[in-house]
Amino acid sequence: MTTTTVVPVATATEDLPQVRRRRRLSPGRRLPAARLAGPLLLIALWAAASAAEALDPGAIPAPWTVLRTAGHLWTDGTLPTDVLTSLERAGYGFAIGLTAGVLLAVAAGLSRAGEALIDGTVQLNRAIPTLGLIPLFILWLGIGETFKIAIIAIVVYIPIYLNTHAALSGIDSRFVELAEVQGLSRFAFVRQVVIPGALPGFFVGLRLGVTGSWLGLVVLEQINATSGLGYMMFQAQNYGQTDVILVGLLIYGVFGLVSDSVVRLIERRVLSWRRTLSN
Amino acid sequence: MAPHTEQLTRPAVRLRGLTRSFDGRTVLDGIDLDLPAGQFTALLGHSGSGKSTLLRAVAGLDHGVAGDGRLTAPERVSVVFQDSRLLPWRRVLENVLLGLDGKDAEARGRAALAEVGLGGRERAWPGELSGGEAQRAALARSLVREPELLLADEPFGALDALTRIKMHNLLRELWERHRPSVLLVTHDVDEAIVLADRVLVLERGRIGLDLTIDRPHPRSYREPVLGEYRERLLAALGVTEDHA
Repeated sequence: MTTTTVVPVATATEDLPQVRRRRRLSPGRRLPAARLAGPLLLIALWAAASAAEALDPGAIPAPWTVLRTAGHLWTDGTLPTDVLTSLERAGYGFAIGLTAGVLLAVAAGLSRAGEALIDGTVQLNRAIPTLGLIPLFILWLGIGETFKIAIIAIVVYIPIYLNTHAALSGIDSRFVELAEVQGLSRFAFVRQVVIPGALPGFFVGLRLGVTGSWLGLVVLEQINATSGLGYMMFQAQNYGQTDVILVGLLIYGVFGLVSDSVVRLIERRVLSWRRTLSN
Repeated sequence: MAPHTEQLTRPAVRLRGLTRSFDGRTVLDGIDLDLPAGQFTALLGHSGSGKSTLLRAVAGLDHGVAGDGRLTAPERVSVVFQDSRLLPWRRVLENVLLGLDGKDAEARGRAALAEVGLGGRERAWPGELSGGEAQRAALARSLVREPELLLADEPFGALDALTRIKMHNLLRELWERHRPSVLLVTHDVDEAIVLADRVLVLERGRIGLDLTIDRPHPRSYREPVLGEYRERLLAALGVTEDHA
């Protein structure tokens, strides 16, 4: 009984054309550790070329020379001091810029008076290239630490302000209406609706701000410094020490990468509700 | 039964000469209306007939809209919108508890979720819910406040037909249990007939028809008697059945 019913079905399916899978247009599955592959390949090429003596060690020293120089600089104590000085500048500047950016964005986003006073002023500030303010700030604040921190703070606060303010003023009006219906107080409305709603925009600004703090630091330390990583590299340029310059660049790169990863990690934690949308 | 009829004598909502206009165009033209406490009323009208304007006026949500008239509404009013309007960054239970405080709030929120059939989904994110589930959560959010008046602005308009029927039954059940006054704004004549005990038709800024539907619940779309109501309502809306 069963065989008689199965056999004609089997012959019938043989007559039907096989379903062809469509050509896939998306790039497909992601390779493991994809983001590290490019940089690692580059380092491997660098090492291979150095080992084959294809590179002029005066222009591009071998990777192991750079590491050895880093070791020397670290043990004789100059590198730790320079790194600490740079970190301190970037840290202070970033903290002040972050605070200012958030406070100004909240003041401008939540009150019409605040918006009238603050938003135009910040837009004006944004139009002036911050690094162009360096000569003026040196005259005002002297060539010490204060002016460097001030410049970094300005570089940081602008993207944080812009993105946070845009996010605050872009809160969905339907949610405002909901908060009215649910009888939320103004404080509860800000805490439960406005701030969580503005967080995605804030994080975009935060990542730009972190990058900006390193960018500002590099420029400041190469022009007007007597200590710090940039100063170390500037001195090395005078003595033709390419290996020291590469050590400086390496450390800047690591700082940039680590701080960006930290912000991303925090962002993923805080905005965990968004993962449900992207999946 | 006695407390029920007693409730009905006190109007929950009273409108006298309510007018509202946008840019000089009159949308509500002197509406007089009483909604008795505990009554399930549906408000029908074409799109743009002002039914949402009326609901928003009763909810107190029409800031800056020109208008006049007297309006009284109860203290505790809840609104269900067409979209579930759950905050995507708060879990379902936290959404239900929005604006609610007190020690027993959380227990009440859990009970409300269980009542709409979402027990166990307290920790879900709104992005993980289906359209019907999200609207159930919105219903729980409005019920947990024990409203005297429940305003619903086309709450099932965005749902598929099967989910809509389930939601009709749920809303009616919840109403039987809690007995708030309900004002359900809809453009769906069948929805109004199946759910409501009184159907109002809004035409040119006024109540054009005020129809009491005195049929037992639960009702089915296919009940022949309801066909007569449907015809009268469609006529009041300016639609004849063979053209519809």
